[in-house]
Parts: sequence; structure tokens; C-alpha cells
Amino acid sequence: MRSPTPKRHHKAARLLLVAAALLVTGGLYAVVAPATSVAAPTPEETVARGQELFAVSCASCHGLNGEGAGLLNETAPSLIGVGAASVDFQMRTGRMPMANPYAQAPNKQNTFTAEEIAAISLYVASLGDGPAIPDPGQYDPSGLSAAEVAVGGDLFRTNCSACHNFQGSGGALPNGRVAPPLLDAEPIDIHEAMRTGPGEMPVFADGAIPDKDVRSMIAYLDQVHAQPSAGLTLGGLGPVSEGFWGWVAGLGILMLFATWITKKAARK
Amino acid sequence: MAKPTNVDPEVPQGVSPEKADTSLAASAAGGTVGWVDDRVPVSGFGRKALRKAFPDHWSFLLGEVALYSFIILLLTGVFLTIWFKPSMAEIEYEGTYALMRGIPMSEAFASTLEISFDIRGGLLIRQIHHWAAILFVAAMIAHMLRVFFTGAFRKPRELNWLIGVGLLQLGMIEGFAGYSLPDDLLSGTGLRFVDGLIRSIPIVGTWAEFFIFGGEFPGELVIPRLYMVHILLIPGLLLALVSAHMALLVYHKHTHFPGPGRKQTNVVGQALFPVYAAKAGGFFFIVFGVTILMGALMQINPVWLYGPYNPAQVTAGSQPDWYMGFVEGAIRIIPNWEWHLLGTTWSWNIALPGLGLMGLFAILPAIYPFVEAWITGDKSEHHILDFPRNAPNRTAFGVAAMTCYGLFWLSGGNDILATQFGVSLNQVTEVMRVLVFAGPVIAFIVTKRICLSLQRRDHERVLHGSSSGVIVRQPDGGYSEAHAPITTEEAFTLTQHHEPAALEVAPETDDRGVRRRGGKQVGSLRARLSRWFAHGRIAKPTAEEIAEAAHHGDHELEEGDVHELPTEEEAATH
Repeated sequence: MRSPTPKRHHKAARLLLVAAALLVTGGLYAVVAPATSVAAPTPEETVARGQELFAVSCASCHGLNGEGAGLLNETAPSLIGVGAASVDFQMRTGRMPMANPYAQAPNKQNTFTAEEIAAISLYVASLGDGPAIPDPGQYDPSGLSAAEVAVGGDLFRTNCSACHNFQGSGGALPNGRVAPPLLDAEPIDIHEAMRTGPGEMPVFADGAIPDKDVRSMIAYLDQVHAQPSAGLTLGGLGPVSEGFWGWVAGLGILMLFATWITKKAARK
Repeated sequence: MAKPTNVDPEVPQGVSPEKADTSLAASAAGGTVGWVDDRVPVSGFGRKALRKAFPDHWSFLLGEVALYSFIILLLTGVFLTIWFKPSMAEIEYEGTYALMRGIPMSEAFASTLEISFDIRGGLLIRQIHHWAAILFVAAMIAHMLRVFFTGAFRKPRELNWLIGVGLLQLGMIEGFAGYSLPDDLLSGTGLRFVDGLIRSIPIVGTWAEFFIFGGEFPGELVIPRLYMVHILLIPGLLLALVSAHMALLVYHKHTHFPGPGRKQTNVVGQALFPVYAAKAGGFFFIVFGVTILMGALMQINPVWLYGPYNPAQVTAGSQPDWYMGFVEGAIRIIPNWEWHLLGTTWSWNIALPGLGLMGLFAILPAIYPFVEAWITGDKSEHHILDFPRNAPNRTAFGVAAMTCYGLFWLSGGNDILATQFGVSLNQVTEVMRVLVFAGPVIAFIVTKRICLSLQRRDHERVLHGSSSGVIVRQPDGGYSEAHAPITTEEAFTLTQHHEPAALEVAPETDDRGVRRRGGKQVGSLRARLSRWFAHGRIAKPTAEEIAEAAHHGDHELEEGDVHELPTEEEAATH
């Protein structure tokens, strides 16, 4: 190694050299490091990660191996064979993990990342066969003809409105359970719910209602919710709220007018 | 609350300015009236009619709301009949509402969609028509309650009360027939409900069903038949009964609340012409305006969302319009009682709440005036209204009936209650099963107590005046509130009511020991009921008590204001 001549050394040279070295190393790391982390984990790794998450967030009720009836909740169902779609639906909509063993898991803010949910889904799917998370092509409501959407409406009224109400405003079920409103449901939620039958809901399998019909039902709901109403909808609950507002707003206002009119005396 | 104490004694109440008005009107329209009068003698009638007095009170306008909504129903109904097709023939929809295109449906439903989406103003008129129907029945019930609680159904108005009960029943059937016509999912479900109701009639149920539907439900006849009922039969009956109702109103004259100058023999109010005509006419436009606003701003019966009727479909929140809600509620909460005898089914779970309750709803109001008259033995005419507190048993009975009705009504929306308030549907149902029986009893007791308290307050005001808000400290350190005397007019209003004595069991023989003809006039049950009815009140102060109280008031500061209120039992002995 050639020793540098002392004359060519500047006072700041060493400092600059260190800075440059740091910059190069840091820059190189910045370029290289994500590349190493992007290298997709193998399915086995994801399942393992899912199992870790499952042990932390789910196992207290569903059992360490998803066999159900865990320490905290003896009524928790087994998750063997429920499939990835079920986990995806329950966790994405915030229904699981449940804060309390209510009659029914209410949907709430989901606090898991998409990766975490995917990992848990994959882990649960590895326990037994079940419905997979659908592709967009299975639930995307765009590109359907008007006639197909109208048929979707008829299918919705035949299969769904008995519990979810004629426009998806929701309805009551026995013992404190409810069929939730569908006004804010995403297309994928509806597809997954139909395939997995969460809570009281029956399973509508592919053999009964193929993906194409599911898409047309979702399209119908989207279009019904998008169309203008003929005035205030009064909750979209049917005649009960109509009668209530008829009495309160209708007769109530008229009686205020009646009081006003009868207070007015004739001029002498 | 009526405060008739502010009647201005300078205004000649109840005396219409006869000469001024009619002669003026006659001369203004002289020629025409003269021409008509030569042929049909209207001026004599008009002179009387224009001077008819109408008392002013907001609750007297409830009946007018019902009348005006009926007129609105006739007007908008005519519009709807122009395009509505009362046919159950199945077609494939090819209209403008894209979300129904290609769906098989009846012509009735298709034409309703056409009215809603293709006829200019059709949707608005449809919504006005439906809101007016909701208001019509609501106003009838509210009017009926006003008449009940003020005792306006008493002699001589029992017949008009009966006509009113008939109008209410017909109004409900008319409404039901009307909302069944569009043949949408909800109305078809309602028809299915009535189909079950008809079938539950013991023995003849199935035959009656086949007779009405022309075979199995739904068949192809029921919509055309309901159409005839809805636009011809019942409106005709309603018109006839409304006319009779109004004619009797004019004949009996309007009742008025008690107050100075208001007698059984007069009516204190505004003359029909010009003041009352202006008020009533103006009110018609207000009712019409409010109904139009409701039709314009509030969506009602969105049939395009319900879809056409299909017996395989049903929707959550399937309820009838509100006036049928009490029957729906009773059927929702009754336990599943059913007999199977010799291959026949006796559906008490439908027959009792459905037919039984609807029967009660018609019969109880119809017989009430006669039952009360029988209990009190009151055969006199009444043109002055009762303050509800002065008839505590009647008022309490009315509130108990309202409570019972209201609880059945709420039960009809048990699913909506469950979802809106986050409670269990089963628990709502079970609680209602108890409440429909317990609620009226509690309501009766509470209402009667409130009435008696109000009577005690009246008693107190008459004897000791109203609270002045001035607290006087006495030399010995005691405190008392000074009372300001009330006006003579108010004292009159608070003490004018009669306190009829209870009926006594009539002796079997007269004072000469001769057996009375016609048997016992007053049985022991009737006497007991009568005693109960008459004694449920605080006796109004006597003239001596008032005089004594006035005297007592002079020394109030020395004696302090200590007085005792009469108890109920004490009052009964007065």
C-alpha cells in the first residue's frame, strides 16, 4: 500500500472520507435492504407467522390449534375447515377478535394490517379445506347488463330481504341477534358472507348461487343505494317509521296550526 | 287546556250579528240570490246556516283534519285511477325503471311503477295520497279521543258517535284495500296476512277465503275486487256517513267547554260567516299544504324497492300501515295456541288476536256511551263538555284503552324496536305479553290519581285562590304563602260541573207496599257500578265552604294557612 504524501492531506479529508463512506454504505443498504425484505416469505413462513398471530389474538377463545372452545369462551366454534374467506370476512370487518362474548359479533374498527389478516387466513386455511378469499372477478359488480342487475334484485328479494330488509337496511333475528344493514358493505364482504355464512346467516354456496349471480345481486344493491329517493327515506324501515312520522310530523304540525288558528280572535 | 275564563263580557257571545251579515250578503249578491231564491228557497236556510256558532278550541279541529284529508284523498285518488290498472295479469316489465326491467309482475304493479316514474307528478300525487290516508285515520282516532275524553258522546250525540265508530272502521278497511292495490311485495304480504285471518274464522274460514279470493291465494281476482271496494264501495259509504255525521253535527250544534255564559242551551263561538268560514277554509288549505309538503319531502311506500309481489319472497320489516299495526302486534306476540280436532285446525293464535281484537276495537267504542249512561242513569242532554279530570273513571278507562292499543301497536313493530334500541326480539315479545295486560291497569290507576289530584287543585284554587309566590313571615317566625283570589269567572268554570248522585237499588215495592211494575229498576250490580263511577271524585266546594274560606282568608295572616283537603271518601259523602 502506497502511503499518501502528508502534503496532500487536508485537515477535513479524514472527516469527509468517513462521511462519504457512511453515505455510500447507508445508500447501498437503503437500496439493497428492502430488496432482501421484499423477497416473499414462503407459504410455510406465512403460515408460521399466522400461527404466531393466531396464538396471540385468537387462541384464547378458538383454542391453540383452532379446535374451538378455548379457555375464555367455551362456545367459540372450531375453525377447522371454515376457510380463508371466513377469517378474512370476520377480521376485515372487525367482527373478530370479539371484545366480549355478545349474542353476535358486532362489526367495528379493524386494527390488523392486511398482511396479518392474510397470514392468519392462510394459517386457518391450512387447518382444513374451506372457501378461499375470492378474486375481484368473483365479486366485482361492474360490467353487468341492466337485465342481469334486475335479476340480481329478484334474487336479493328471494334470498336476502327476509332478514336484511328490502333495501338492505337490516332486520331483527331471535335472541338479540340482527341481520346487519348492507348499506356500507363492500362487494367482497357480501361475497364472503354468502360463501361462509357468518353467525346466523346460512351458507349460499357456489352450487346454489354462482358467482355471476352474486355479482348481479351486489350490483343491484349498489344501484339501489345509489339511486335518488323520493324524499327523506325515514330510515328505509317501511310502514313503522312512516306511521310514526305521519303522527308526529303530520298531525303534530297540523295541531300547531290548529292552535294558532283558534287563538286568533275575530276583530271587534 | 281551555281557559274560557278570558271571555270578554262585552262581546255578545253566541249572538251573531244577524241583520248586519245576512242583509249585507243578500244585497251584495242580490240579483243572483234573488233569482235562485225564487226557485229554491235558500235564503231562509242560509240565514240560519250562516249564523251557526262554532266554538274555538284547537281540539275541535281534529275532526276537520280528518274531513279535509278525506277530500284530499278523493282528489288525489281520482288522479291515480286515471292510470292505475287493477289487473293481476302477469306481464314482463319493460318500462323506464331499469332495476325492474324484465321482471315478471302484475299489471297493477307495472302501472304503479308507471305512475311513479312516467306520469308527470304521479309520484308526488301517490305520496300525497298515501300520507293523506295516514293522516285521515290518525285524525279520526285523535278526534274520537277528544270526543271521548270530553264526554261529547253523551246524549243527544250517541248516534253521531256510532257513525264515527263506523267511519273509523270503514276508514281502516279503505286504507288496507288501498295499500294492497299496488300488488307490491309488502302489500302482497299484507294480503297473505288477511288471508290467514280469514282462514282462522272457525268452521267457515276456508270457504270464506275461497269466496273472497276466488280460489287459492292469491288467485287473480283479489286486486280487481279490492279496487272496486277501494274506489267505489267504501268511499261511497264513507261519503254517506260523513254527510250524516256533518248533518247531525249541524242539527245538534257543536258542544263547548264550560265557562261563564256557556250554557246547555246556547253555543258560544264564532258565527260560521264570516269568521269561522274563513278559519275553516284557511285550515283546509293548511291541511292540503302540509300534506303536499309531506308528499314532496318524505318518501312513503317506495314500491319500486319492494318489488312485485311474489309468494316466495318476504322482507324484514313487513308491517301494515300504522292503523292495522295493533292487529299485527297482537298476532306477533300471542303464544302458538292451536287445536287439532278430528282433522280440523282451530287457529286460536290468529283468530283471537285478529278477529277478536278487531271485534273488540269496533264493539267497545260502540257500546261505551250506552254503558256509561246505564251506569250513571243519566238521561239528560249535554252540550257542555266535561273537563277530563272531572270524569276520572271515564278518563282513566280511556287512557287504559289507549295504553292497551299502544302496546299492541308497539308489538307490531317488535323487530324495529329490537334493532333500533339494540334489545332482544324475544325479550321485547315476552315483555309485551305481560305489558298488554298490566299496562292498562297501571295506566288506569295512575290516570285516576292524576285526575283526582287535578280536582284537588281546583278545589284548592276555588277555596284559597292561586299561589301568589309571596312568602309571608309571621311575628312568631312561621311562614305562609299569601294566596291571590281567583276571578269569579274562573271560580265558576271550576265549579260549574254537576255531581250526579249514584243510583240506588230501587225497592221492590213502592211506599204503599205495592209491588212495582216492570220489576227492579236498578239492580245491585248497576247500583254498585254507579256508586263506583260517581264516587270517584273530589266534591266541589259548597257555597258555605267558599264563604267560609273567604272569611278565613281575612284572618289568614294570624292563623296561618292551614287547611285540609277532603279525601276521596269524605268527598263521597257530600
